[in-house]
Amino acid sequence: MLEKKIAGYSDEISVAPGERIRFMVSCEPGVDRYRADIVRLISGDRQPEGPGYRDELLPTSVSGEYPGRSQETYCGSYAVVPDGPAFDALSDLSLQAVIFPTLPALRRASVISKMDIDAGCGFALWTDPDNGLVLQLGDGQGGLAEFALGQPLVAREWYLVSATYDSSSGEVRLRQQLLDSYARDTSSGEARHDSERSAVVGCNAPLLIAAASREEARGKPVGEMIFNGRIERPVVASRVLERSEMESLRSDAVPRGLRTDICAAWDFSRAMETDDIIDISPNRAHGRLINLPIRAVRGSNWTGAELDFNHAPEQYAAIHFLDDSLYDCEWDADFELEVPADTPSGLYAARLTAGDQEDHVTFVVRPPRDRATASLALLIPTASYMAYGNSRGGIEFGNELLSNHLAVIGPEERYLNRHPEYGNSMYDNHNDGTGVCYSSRLRPLINIRPTHHWLWQLSADMHLVEWLEAQGIAFDVITDEDMHQDGVSLLERYSCVMTCSHPEYYSTNMWDAVHAFTQRGGRLMYMGGNGFYWRVAYRDDKPGAMEMRRTEDGSRSWASEPGEYFMAFTGEYGGLWWRAGRTPQSLVGNGFIAQGFDHSSYFRRTADSHDPRAKFIFDGIDDEIIGDFGLIGGGAAGLELDSASRGYGTPPHALTVATSEQHTDCYIRVNEDIGHMLLSIGGQDDPQVHADVVFFETPRGGAVFSTGSIGWSSALFHNDHDNNVSRMTRNVLDRFLDPAPFE
Amino acid sequence: MGNPMGPHSAALQRIVTRMRDTEAAGRYVLVTRVPYQEWGLAQLSGQRGVDLTLLEDQVFTSLEDAERAVFKMRWESITGTPLVLD
Repeated sequence: MLEKKIAGYSDEISVAPGERIRFMVSCEPGVDRYRADIVRLISGDRQPEGPGYRDELLPTSVSGEYPGRSQETYCGSYAVVPDGPAFDALSDLSLQAVIFPTLPALRRASVISKMDIDAGCGFALWTDPDNGLVLQLGDGQGGLAEFALGQPLVAREWYLVSATYDSSSGEVRLRQQLLDSYARDTSSGEARHDSERSAVVGCNAPLLIAAASREEARGKPVGEMIFNGRIERPVVASRVLERSEMESLRSDAVPRGLRTDICAAWDFSRAMETDDIIDISPNRAHGRLINLPIRAVRGSNWTGAELDFNHAPEQYAAIHFLDDSLYDCEWDADFELEVPADTPSGLYAARLTAGDQEDHVTFVVRPPRDRATASLALLIPTASYMAYGNSRGGIEFGNELLSNHLAVIGPEERYLNRHPEYGNSMYDNHNDGTGVCYSSRLRPLINIRPTHHWLWQLSADMHLVEWLEAQGIAFDVITDEDMHQDGVSLLERYSCVMTCSHPEYYSTNMWDAVHAFTQRGGRLMYMGGNGFYWRVAYRDDKPGAMEMRRTEDGSRSWASEPGEYFMAFTGEYGGLWWRAGRTPQSLVGNGFIAQGFDHSSYFRRTADSHDPRAKFIFDGIDDEIIGDFGLIGGGAAGLELDSASRGYGTPPHALTVATSEQHTDCYIRVNEDIGHMLLSIGGQDDPQVHADVVFFETPRGGAVFSTGSIGWSSALFHNDHDNNVSRMTRNVLDRFLDPAPFE
Repeated sequence: MGNPMGPHSAALQRIVTRMRDTEAAGRYVLVTRVPYQEWGLAQLSGQRGVDLTLLEDQVFTSLEDAERAVFKMRWESITGTPLVLD
């Protein structure tokens, strides 16, 4: 049985000729050498009835043999504050924080630490599964002493925790106080200990929040004992603080009387759109966050009166740390490509092979940055690739109730399961159950591969690429990130822009660009389903990262906590675009209405299809039934379906030229369209469960054609491309490339 | 059993749904042995990072046969008696 052992990623997702892209590769034992080539991807679906895998070698200096090596990935989020004058001359000590542990029973987890293990000096405040709060102190001679409170913490509750050390008496005090009030609470408490040896709490090590560290790698302390949960207003003080003083430090300013004694007091409600943590003490001992812990989350003092962190940041002074979050694997590069100047725009991959091993690190060569090289652009939905990248649902749950079939697990899923450190998709939960609201492409995305057996996103989009290649149509390839950065000016170079099968995730810039394109005479072919659905955010200073909140509504695998619907990256309201006043129907004529994953169905032509305005779409097609064939589920109407709806904003003049029917009961209407729970929710009973193929003209001679189904492109290959889905698609494309304006 | 991939009658789908709606730990899945040709049966661990358990004596050359076999296993597990079909 094949085991996957090689995977890689690139530092860029879209590069123009002349630009550089680096590739990072890691091999499991047994792969001592591998071969790398740069190839243009032509076709990917390897199922027996599919077109198979095809590529075309791009001769470059990359082609060759490389040594295989295993590269370490350090996941988990924490904060690092460099050692500095703020922490000089510590002898007495107070530590405090408000914490919300989510996995206190899992293992020891560090809240605050500044420890030089080798020298045996410094301090660390932990939570322990059995003993609750623990303070560890060094003696300066290589010895470490631990002082435990002795009562375990309860998960998912807020506590004020503190520890003090009095160097003159040797007394250690620990306190953990539940902020809520429960009868029979046994988790709050205090403890006093006498330190037998005097402690040396000062040391030169960096201070870590939510982790401890014994070693450095890649210029940073490696986080261990990572805390799962929220930490708010951590404080380090150079004397033993009284209880009332500790309470006073739970505010957004350091009281005047304490300023000389506070080494650092971090207010996480500041600079929430960055990786910076801000020390509000006079020392300004700021720090940096590693691996994207979640910001703009509710703090212990959240009242519910404000739902937007922008309006009440002081109630969002917590950060949610996670032991499995990841921004950047930071592997060493194995090879680099300078894209040759004459490289045609296209979908490319670094093809890695070693015996029966392979991986395709996929990237885009966009046209030169100042021009188009074709009239058609294929828009690769890299935001959606990132959202689905490293989806663990198959190997962790089997997803049998989604598909009504047994799940098929390939070597890719088992490889991903062997590597939890590669992080999760936005469909997964973190180890502590928290929904994954950040993704990154600076890591191997195991299922975003042209040949993946789960035909979804890139692997499904290869059907469209294969068709374009077979049609001999020249096309440029651009990405979501290009469009996010360049705006509509990128799209306006093209007569027609074609989406892929499932462009579900859109930033504001991206939405604006597509909308402006359609309003300025552009022609848009929306070749999929459930597009323009979730709002996402990028951060200019965090390339390759993306944020999304699964808010009040929508078909979703987890839901954001109340009061956490605004994205930290931009401050924008997250969730469904519909809930931000922009429906997919208003943009492309149809919008997500139902999904199912067992059998796909077909479309039937409507009366609208005989409207003279739609005549060009059906040129040469006499069939009433469209797409009763396809490589995913056996039909062009399948997986996720979009329908037209005037109520949701479909333009009043739009034509619905075909409508799907006969969906199985696995196809169920999306929950955001369901008010009361009625008996008719499955495809056999609910007439709303169908896809609509929509056409409408836009201002200045433009037009939009929307297929309404993720499954559409899977039908293009049928009968060597000689079929009515292929013909319709070609008819529309030919007309959309024709400069004659639509009226 | 003639149409194990469905669509099923409403009554049969009700049974199949009950069978599929299990805890993740122990859930049957198919593991690719030869892509698109041969699959083995396995049970999920239900824990991230813990591999599935392969049931080495269960190998299928069609997805339909695999669905039939798992249906029978689940039937026996739920009812306590083997599924006997005419």
